Amino acid sequence: MATEQAIVGRGAVEGAKLMRDWFARLDEAAERKETAAYVFVMGSLAEILRAFDMHLVFPEINSLQTAVRHVAHEYLSMAEDYGYSPDVCGYVKADVAMQLQGGKHSMGRLPKPALAIATNACNTYVKWAEFWERYYKIPMVTLDIPGSRTAAGGAAPGTEVFESDRRYLEIQLRELITECERLTGQTLDMDRLREVLGYTNRMAASWKRVLELNQSRPALFNALVDGTIYLGVLNALRGTREGAEYFERLVEELEYKAAHRLGTIPDEKYRLLFVGVPCYPIFRRFHEMFADQGGVFVASSYLLFAAGGLDLGFQYDLSRPIESLAEGVLISVRHAGDAMLFHDQTLIDQVDQFGADGIVYHPVKSCRTVSTSLAGSRKTLMKSRDVQCLFIESDMMDRRVVSEAQLKNRIDAFFEGLGSRRIRTAAATA
Amino acid sequence: MSATTTAFDAAAVAALPLDAALGACRDLLEDPGFPTVHAWKESGGKVLGHFQVYFPEELAHAAGVLPVKVRGAPVEMRQADSHFGSYLCSILRSSLEVSLDGRLPLDMFVTHPICDAARNLAGVWARNLPYPSQILYLPQNANSAGTAGYLRGEYARLLGDIEAVAGRTVTASDLRRSVAVFNENRRLLRELYAIKRETPWLLPVDQAYVLMAVGALLPREDHNALLTALLPQLRRRSARQQDKIRVILEGGFCEQPPLDLLHVIGQSCYVVDDDLLIGLRFLVRNVDEAGEPLAALADAYLNGSTYSPVQHDTRKPKEQMLLGRLRDAGAQAAILAAAKMCEPGLDEQVAYTKALDEEHIPYFVTEFEEKMSGFDQMQLQLETFVESILFD
Repeated sequence: MATEQAIVGRGAVEGAKLMRDWFARLDEAAERKETAAYVFVMGSLAEILRAFDMHLVFPEINSLQTAVRHVAHEYLSMAEDYGYSPDVCGYVKADVAMQLQGGKHSMGRLPKPALAIATNACNTYVKWAEFWERYYKIPMVTLDIPGSRTAAGGAAPGTEVFESDRRYLEIQLRELITECERLTGQTLDMDRLREVLGYTNRMAASWKRVLELNQSRPALFNALVDGTIYLGVLNALRGTREGAEYFERLVEELEYKAAHRLGTIPDEKYRLLFVGVPCYPIFRRFHEMFADQGGVFVASSYLLFAAGGLDLGFQYDLSRPIESLAEGVLISVRHAGDAMLFHDQTLIDQVDQFGADGIVYHPVKSCRTVSTSLAGSRKTLMKSRDVQCLFIESDMMDRRVVSEAQLKNRIDAFFEGLGSRRIRTAAATA
Repeated sequence: MSATTTAFDAAAVAALPLDAALGACRDLLEDPGFPTVHAWKESGGKVLGHFQVYFPEELAHAAGVLPVKVRGAPVEMRQADSHFGSYLCSILRSSLEVSLDGRLPLDMFVTHPICDAARNLAGVWARNLPYPSQILYLPQNANSAGTAGYLRGEYARLLGDIEAVAGRTVTASDLRRSVAVFNENRRLLRELYAIKRETPWLLPVDQAYVLMAVGALLPREDHNALLTALLPQLRRRSARQQDKIRVILEGGFCEQPPLDLLHVIGQSCYVVDDDLLIGLRFLVRNVDEAGEPLAALADAYLNGSTYSPVQHDTRKPKEQMLLGRLRDAGAQAAILAAAKMCEPGLDEQVAYTKALDEEHIPYFVTEFEEKMSGFDQMQLQLETFVESILFD
């Protein structure tokens, strides 16, 4: 059994190292003039691409790094000079500026793309990939992963609609494989695909457990800060041995913390849900504005959709890898979509499961998929559960629409409300 | 489609002198009370509202349901704003507003993942309105061997939901009859656009728009009758050609520019082609009336359609399609408009300007909102642009 000193906190440390190493490998690939597949977190198809040993570039991760490192404005400005509107997604613009600079970014350099893959999980993905398609004159594969049609959720496996969707996706995956074979000159190695799928299975099972474990009191990790590190590893190293091992070690760490009641902050007062995309331009400060008052984010919609629905823990059937991959991608990415478009019941469930005292809605200018209907969601939640809700708007990239002082005022008022509510509740039950 | 009355008597309007008929159409289009939809409902009909851009209206029509384009309205926000975030286009808000306050009474609502905001609308409607709402996942991968089969299946699924709302079964014969009605409508709209292209002095952009756009509010048979009566009158119109430049207008595929803005553009330009309400004209050829109707509709969407910023198809690079539209229309320049906060439109503007730069074709870039009311500055800028071309 590992000692407390060796085990507690290693998820953050090892996660940060894995991400640094990953960026370093991309930098080396760029140096060697190797190419990559440019993909997105919701439907990356990492399993197929890794089976061809292709480098993967996740522009969303690269872009958010510029904001966390406080240099996003330089990239946004360059893209706007190129012609992009201030009202376009900041992730897109930061990436465009990186490409205009030959792939240079705040963590190194990116290999050029040989292939762009965009799913319909986000419309901006398609517009974004069209930029690479035009700028680099590379093939772009657009994958339709039909989502839930109604708020009642997606069609169940075995139904006509599900089978139609699964069949369609399987055809598209086989076409993607053909395109990869054409680009790499290799034939798909089914054993290698099975190996990669096996790693993803292990990651998915662990990820599901990681999220469940945060129902512990006190919360074991902060879904906003630690969760973002986990997400980086989950996406960047999906389908790899090191990714699978990382998450198994993370589960071990969290199980240990749960058993020893070791919380992520010393004095947990309020358990909060986060809905939206983090405020990366003031990432650390944003977290502190809550943590300083005893607020901890126990769960986040971001950890569902930005993980591509991996929280379901879907296990690929390695005896029929491509068919099962189609089924798993359909179910998981559809689930990610539901976390953005039809999330009311999920949030209600999370309030109950995690014992949430409050919900922080953080719609951002850059991401309309996530942000469009959050105001209405708040109304629904407040009718359904007696929880305090905070609705604050800013951005995940653009500091021009982030007002720290205003955010602080609103957050302080939110905590005053939480405090008053707790006193009233205590008085009523006394 | 079963015969029911509407407040707008298309036959009577068709019999009016041309300018009066155009005025009546404009009044209908600008009426935020959607009188034709109310009249249809009052006579016992059901209404399917579909958000921009393209929708296979034949499916609703075949079930005797009135398909209505949900495309916003120039109305004051009283309820809708509280349901949305800040950084959104106007059309989402105004579409919800007229739905919440009952001005647009629907029995079913369908949205599409045309953009990140619009894909949210099924959830928004489900929270706030009592009738069924859903997303129709039109394919973004038009180039897969599986796409046609998927889309045909998706249309069959949707038709089943429409049948449930209509309370009746739709046969292949019903669908074929509806396809024929819409084929006729497409033919008439092509003729309307031919007049604009060949003799733009006979048909300013705002008038052409009015004649086309009322089709989204009327039983399509009525729209066909109206166009059949008015198109010959347009051709016979006496108007003198003026010293205006020939332009195409891009950016009206979803949120619609105010009519007054179109009027301003028409004062200095002949708009010889555009993408205004492109969903009504998305299919550029007739749908096969002899084959299996759902497969024929799917095939037309995939293989017989024009382009828009909200559809990806490797066979239709949008900037090349734009240049083709420009050439086919004999235009000298392009007006590249985008609705405020419209991500697909604003993204596409970048690609369009690069392509036009490479071809040394002049263009004018602007943004609009359906609720905007002051056009003086835009008019001045546009006139300057036009003069730079006329006197180059």
